[in-house]
Amino acid sequence: MKIAKIIALVLLVAFIAIQFFPTEENQSDRVPKTDFLLVNKPPKVISSILKASCYDCHSNNTAYPWYNKIQPAAWFLEGHIKEGKSELNFNEWDDLSDRRKNSKLKSIINQIEDDEMPLFSYTLIHRDAILTKSEKDLITDYMKEIKDSL
Amino acid sequence: MKKVRLTHAILAIVFISLTAMSCRDNKKGEDNDSMHSEMPEEGHHDDSMMDHDNMDTSNNGMDSNMQNADAKQIVVDYMVLKDALVADNKGQAAKAEKKLESTLNDFKVSSYNAEQQKELKDIIVDAKEHAEHIGKSEMDHQREHFKTLSKDITDMVAITGTETTLYQQFCPMYDGGSAWLSMSKDVKNPYYGSKMMSCGKVQKEIN
Repeated sequence: MKIAKIIALVLLVAFIAIQFFPTEENQSDRVPKTDFLLVNKPPKVISSILKASCYDCHSNNTAYPWYNKIQPAAWFLEGHIKEGKSELNFNEWDDLSDRRKNSKLKSIINQIEDDEMPLFSYTLIHRDAILTKSEKDLITDYMKEIKDSL
Repeated sequence: MKKVRLTHAILAIVFISLTAMSCRDNKKGEDNDSMHSEMPEEGHHDDSMMDHDNMDTSNNGMDSNMQNADAKQIVVDYMVLKDALVADNKGQAAKAEKKLESTLNDFKVSSYNAEQQKELKDIIVDAKEHAEHIGKSEMDHQREHFKTLSKDITDMVAITGTETTLYQQFCPMYDGGSAWLSMSKDVKNPYYGSKMMSCGKVQKEIN
């Protein structure tokens, strides 16, 4: 009984202690003119899908959920966002050469078709980010169109 | 007795906080790695020692014509990767990718004109990204990335030229038609491997 109490206490102290480690927030109110949506001006339906399902991890501005205030959840998010942005940052789209755009578009299409993106751990909470079959088709068709026009 | 318990409790707290902190550090380290592979100007140091040794020896004695030798080595590394895919060998492909990635990193483009340099740098960044993904993917993904990588290497060869004759081969069935390079006229398909080894034909001879 005593031991259980001590363990609980230790966990509580550790949980409180890690709250003091800050994370870097991915926030920016400035959308650069290299942004994918500004450059390509997709139809409204496309841009709202991209914003809802992709932009949280693939742009310079994340709409954070409430649990980002709590460790270790915030670290988990921070890691995903960093990795997401290093693979693809929609805000910096037009900085890419045509060759790089072509590669990124191909990966976008493949990942959406194979249901690898958006990540399961993301859609688990962001239910609105889940892509329906018709939304998937809309996005991949649109990306293919851009790819062919390069 | 009470004291001992207290010490234990304190030790446990320290241990847990340290673990939490080190987890975080590890995570940071990984992030840096994945970021830095995107950056062409940085050297690649986290490959296995063996690959580095190979690189060092292959770079020796090439000082007179560095760029040519680098480009040649890239083609050689690409062929090793292609053969691994032909042999349906995921592990070998990942290993070959590491070597190719480090050769791409070391490619000196200074002897080309400004326009060519720009193009080559672009190709290198792109090729490295695909190579990197081949290193951490399943076979079918490896092959998807190999397709774009093949395009990159073909475009590179168009600029650097090649001493050995290369054969551009083409399989109309894979992903709406896909090309690759080979040093031999014989068609051995890297996109299907043993499933459809002979699918394809020589499309172009590159000298």
